[in-house]
Amino acid sequence: MSDKLGPLTAAAPPREAAARPRRRRRLSGRDKLAGAFIHLELLVVAVIVIFPLMWIVGASFSPGTGLANATPIPTDATVEHYVDLFTQTDYGRWYLNSLYVATLNMVGSVALSALCGWVFSRIRFRGRKAGLLGILILQMFPTFLTAIAVYMLFLNFGLLDSLTGLALVSIAAALPYNIWLMKGYTDNLPASLDEAAAIDGAGRLTIFRRIVLPLMRPMLTFVAITQFTVPWMDFILPRLLLQSADKQTVALGLFQMIEDQYQNAFTSFAAGAVLLAVPITILYILLQRYLVTGASAGAEKG
Amino acid sequence: MRTAQQGSRLPAPVPGLASALVWGAGQLINRQAGKAAFFFAFFVGTLVWEIATGNYYAGMEFTPRSNGGFFVKGLWGLTTLGTQPREMTVTGLSEGDNSIILMANGLISLLTLALLAIVWIWSIRDAARYRAARNAGAEPERSREYFKKLWDGAFAYIALSPGLVLIVFMSVLPVLFGILVAFTDYNRDNLPPKNLVNWVGFENFATVFAVPSWTGTFLGVLAWTFVWAIVSTATAYAAGFLQAVLLANKKVKFPRLWRSVFLLPWAVPGIVSALVFRSMFNGQFGPVSQWLVDVGITDERVYWFTDASQPNLARAVALLVNLWLSFPFFMALIGGVLTNIPDSYYEAARMDGAGPLQQLRHITLPVVHKTVSPLLILAFVSAFNNFGTIYFLTQGGPDNADYRFAGSTDLLITWLFKLTLDNRLYNIGAVMSMLIFVIVGTISVWNLNRSKAIREL
Repeated sequence: MSDKLGPLTAAAPPREAAARPRRRRRLSGRDKLAGAFIHLELLVVAVIVIFPLMWIVGASFSPGTGLANATPIPTDATVEHYVDLFTQTDYGRWYLNSLYVATLNMVGSVALSALCGWVFSRIRFRGRKAGLLGILILQMFPTFLTAIAVYMLFLNFGLLDSLTGLALVSIAAALPYNIWLMKGYTDNLPASLDEAAAIDGAGRLTIFRRIVLPLMRPMLTFVAITQFTVPWMDFILPRLLLQSADKQTVALGLFQMIEDQYQNAFTSFAAGAVLLAVPITILYILLQRYLVTGASAGAEKG
Repeated sequence: MRTAQQGSRLPAPVPGLASALVWGAGQLINRQAGKAAFFFAFFVGTLVWEIATGNYYAGMEFTPRSNGGFFVKGLWGLTTLGTQPREMTVTGLSEGDNSIILMANGLISLLTLALLAIVWIWSIRDAARYRAARNAGAEPERSREYFKKLWDGAFAYIALSPGLVLIVFMSVLPVLFGILVAFTDYNRDNLPPKNLVNWVGFENFATVFAVPSWTGTFLGVLAWTFVWAIVSTATAYAAGFLQAVLLANKKVKFPRLWRSVFLLPWAVPGIVSALVFRSMFNGQFGPVSQWLVDVGITDERVYWFTDASQPNLARAVALLVNLWLSFPFFMALIGGVLTNIPDSYYEAARMDGAGPLQQLRHITLPVVHKTVSPLLILAFVSAFNNFGTIYFLTQGGPDNADYRFAGSTDLLITWLFKLTLDNRLYNIGAVMSMLIFVIVGTISVWNLNRSKAIREL
């Protein structure tokens, strides 16, 4: 869903985009016309971009329950669907479940991938190259092949229907990729600082915690945000691993709402979708620079 | 014991052989009690584990099925997948073998055995090498020093172990399991614990490639998946490039505001956007169909994703929706590249009399393409496996009568989902997964071979 564009090449620490000085010069008639055309194009694209989003927000405030009642700008707006979400459905429960999985996934992914990425980058040990290639191959497998098997294994070990189990699988699924990201980023950090600290007698874990980790912050942020947002939108794994009604996540709940045509709960779905989308959207827009540089970490080096 | 001088010169293979039979015995011969205890603990642990989980004192005839422990029964289960089906007896249903659980347990015991084999080989080599070094006149080494050295040298492995354990149990094991399933008859007609699952060799591969309806579906879905991946990557790149170049134009007022608006499709969770579009393009109640009728462009409502006579319409709409979803990322990416192109390039071009279009073609495009092209392959791969957009938008629809369990917009990955989850054809699904892996893996390996990351490894 999200662009999982892969920086398998070395990542460079994000460079501050040098703001180009905007030169003022008198606009000729032709320039003005060109400017008008550009703005027209931008406006058309902006409308195309905004309309579906406005429509779903409008739908969440529209009276009535069905799809046909949805309008982008409802005349008699109501918040009853938002109230219904928390009184008539388990939306609050789903939200907390997703929040739990997301938090666990974020913390686990950041901690494990930072440690492993650093080890792969800085320590030369036997099996290093094989390990890196192995996890690279592993991440080419569709999650799907593993998902069914994970389901069977969890059934076997009694881990099914557990949010913690789901978080563990999510961490493992993204770990190879995240390790490569962290490794690539650490490769580009100056090793001289580590060496100086080692000469001063610092232990390896101290060097990692005190020196490398602070320098890795941009990549840590990137992995933290992506891994925090993934469980909110993930569908395949939770659909397989979670069964009971009180263990559903937001994505599962919303999909059921819209899937069940006889339930006729489109406006409630809209409200739920808005509540899911708003925090993540704000997070993405605010942290866009980290996210774009992180996801394109490979682009600069090629 | 460290002061005890060895009188006789024992040849090095002797302690090695001893360790091969009883782990740690060679170390004991070498007078390294600490090490000997270390390896012996693994040996005893393995045996105790096997005996404690098995049923070795039953007094009856030994069979791996009823007497075997974790390892013996595990390997037996993996090779036979169970021999006793569930049957109706006078006392009710008998407890038959569950092939899938046997297979999973077998895999786990096989992996555990592989790890133990590493310890075993390590103990043999250690015993022989230490002996050889001592024979050559090296000083004796205390076990404690050895373990201290080991600890320092093994830091990398220890630091990696939590991540690796997770990967082994949550990724490697399932992948192996998935591969094994491709060689069984595990599907809806043959579900444990009711039935036993059997090994069938390459029968499932033969089915996919020899039964015309399966082959037809596979090739049809594969072709559309390639079209989808190529077109969606190309359109997203082109549209992203166009928007980025326009936004970089100095005439644009409030560029940051425009940029933030255009980034919205990227920032909104994909599942929400896809479900919103699905509702907008709903044939019966959706606003798009309604609007087309109201304005008078069409006489009747258009059933975008459910009209089986219009598969290409559904495909085109899906591609357009995907463009909406994916152009902002390229726009942001290319926008970043554009700010890093030095102004002097353009000034030099202007002095040579190049117009804006020429500058775009000969400066902007090559620079952008050079930086972004490595990502295009990865974008292609992620589009190839784009489950979310298709599943939530069209669910693979409209139906296609010629296909097996697939609709006209189904990608390989969504077809796989339907095969395994909705239709429980686990074995065929596993074959499909392997085929997807081969395709995606080939492309990725080809791409990686050109990149610097691998060479610098």
